[in-house]
Amino acid sequence: MAEEHLKLTIKALKDRFGLQESQLMKYPPALEAEPEMIVQICQVLRDEFKFDFLCELTAVDYWPEEEPRFNVIYGFYSHANNVRIMLRVSLNGDHPTLHTVEGVYRGANWHERELWDMFGINFEGHSDLRRILMSHDWEGHPLRKDYPLGYEEPQFSFNYDEIDKRKHHARYEEA
Amino acid sequence: MPEPLEVSYQELKHLVSERALQGDTVLLNMGPQHPSTHGVLRLLLELDGEVIINCVPDIGFLHTGIEKNMESKRWEMAEVMTDRTDYLNTTGNNLAYCLALERLIELDVPPRAQAVRVILVELERISNHLVWLGTHALDLAAMSMFLYCFRERESILDIKELCSGQRMMTTYFRPGGLWRDIPSEFEIAVRRFIRMFPSRIKQYDALLAKNPLFLDRTRNIGKLSKEDAINLSVTGPVLRGSGVAYDLRKAQPYSGYEQYDFDIPTGTHGDVYDRYLVRMEEMRQSLRIIQQALDKLPYGPFRSNNRKYVPPPRAELGTSMEAVIHHFKLWTEGFTIPKGAVYQPVESPKGELGYYVESSGGNKPYRVHMRTPSFVHLQALPFMCKGHLVADLVGIIGSVDIVLGDCDR
Repeated sequence: MAEEHLKLTIKALKDRFGLQESQLMKYPPALEAEPEMIVQICQVLRDEFKFDFLCELTAVDYWPEEEPRFNVIYGFYSHANNVRIMLRVSLNGDHPTLHTVEGVYRGANWHERELWDMFGINFEGHSDLRRILMSHDWEGHPLRKDYPLGYEEPQFSFNYDEIDKRKHHARYEEA
Repeated sequence: MPEPLEVSYQELKHLVSERALQGDTVLLNMGPQHPSTHGVLRLLLELDGEVIINCVPDIGFLHTGIEKNMESKRWEMAEVMTDRTDYLNTTGNNLAYCLALERLIELDVPPRAQAVRVILVELERISNHLVWLGTHALDLAAMSMFLYCFRERESILDIKELCSGQRMMTTYFRPGGLWRDIPSEFEIAVRRFIRMFPSRIKQYDALLAKNPLFLDRTRNIGKLSKEDAINLSVTGPVLRGSGVAYDLRKAQPYSGYEQYDFDIPTGTHGDVYDRYLVRMEEMRQSLRIIQQALDKLPYGPFRSNNRKYVPPPRAELGTSMEAVIHHFKLWTEGFTIPKGAVYQPVESPKGELGYYVESSGGNKPYRVHMRTPSFVHLQALPFMCKGHLVADLVGIIGSVDIVLGDCDR
């Protein structure tokens, strides 16, 4: 019964929105969607197919590929039918923008903030798009693949200048 | 030393009500060092007298970049970092990560390993709930609960130490099974615990469940309706307290949970007291599962025989060249996982813990994302505490059961 519901949903989404099945996802089954349609698809999934629960919202960066660069991954679960389905949305590297699905699933709010913070993906119409994990004056988006995994010496007020001097010294040596 | 950038008033204006801008309400900072925020959670409260009008959680103080770090470590090394996210449910995190990898490479896990995993994860669930119960009751001024709960938790930590040599960060589960077989004392230790624990739960219940002080502080506080809970992606005891019988161990069983007989407790009102009842019953159900798993603990290998992913036994290294090669390969470059992605949810004590793991075909994860229950539940906190008193907020935070390491990752 659950499997049938899943098949039915996938078929309906393919017919109505022209989605492709993703070859990458081993579990759960995933569909590839266009960024413009994401709110519509979410609405249909929730209201018609009873996927009332947004279980996952994350992104992957495929840098140095630029078009598409990001994949945003939505995971849905249906409490009524006990099945999962995922959506993958590809975005280009230049100003990646999506429309927020906060209006459909309120739980998406913080996940989208996290994606803005970590990947720099902009969500249009979001009610509160601020950084969530990094501090508000942080530069860059840490989970992007072109963001270096560096080690920073912790600077406190008592040793700030000393470390800063050492850092400047290193910079001169490089040059 | 540069001055920290100031946040402009315009940027944060939308978080509070109009009345705060007029000066009619008070803005109060709570945390991040407040003892009852269970870690480094900072809350911005807008208060009218003592009534909460708005609550804005501010997280990220414990952000350690675990997801980023995992991308630079080999598959088996990255598992060590999963322990450090939710430090009260370490084996549960290992389990989710291992299951995700096993699904990606279609690795078999022998029945003995699965049964041991279930026993340890259920013990961990009890230990997590004990920490929750102790701190939650402590927040509501029941000081002695904290001491009792930590006493019982100690015997669970001893069992973990018996298996793995570590009390907390065990990394005992490995892709394909366990690190090593359980020692012979394991069964005796667990049986002793199962015998002792039911009477202790009874004592806790006697101390709290009908205590008028506790009832006053918990009943009709922090209500969350069924629809709101689902729309906010809430899972675990909080969702079950609101009356939805969603438990991944029953809904989408893993690690052989389908063999065991247990119930899913649910609440009716969705308040703090119902969450308390649900968690207390869950501890009893966990004991049932452990009992059953221990009674039919199968003999046999404790890890898979697939040498491409699982190291060969020590004894073979002296006699088999192939074993030496496999061992050398695994210890120098690790194993590779074919291209693919998987989302693996498990039922952690706090709710649905999901690992999204993607491989690009190398010996390191390309991307790991943890869908952690604490992160999602904190988001629901403002919806629960609106209209309550500041003193009740402490009880609500406790009832949600957050771990900031889990939330900030």
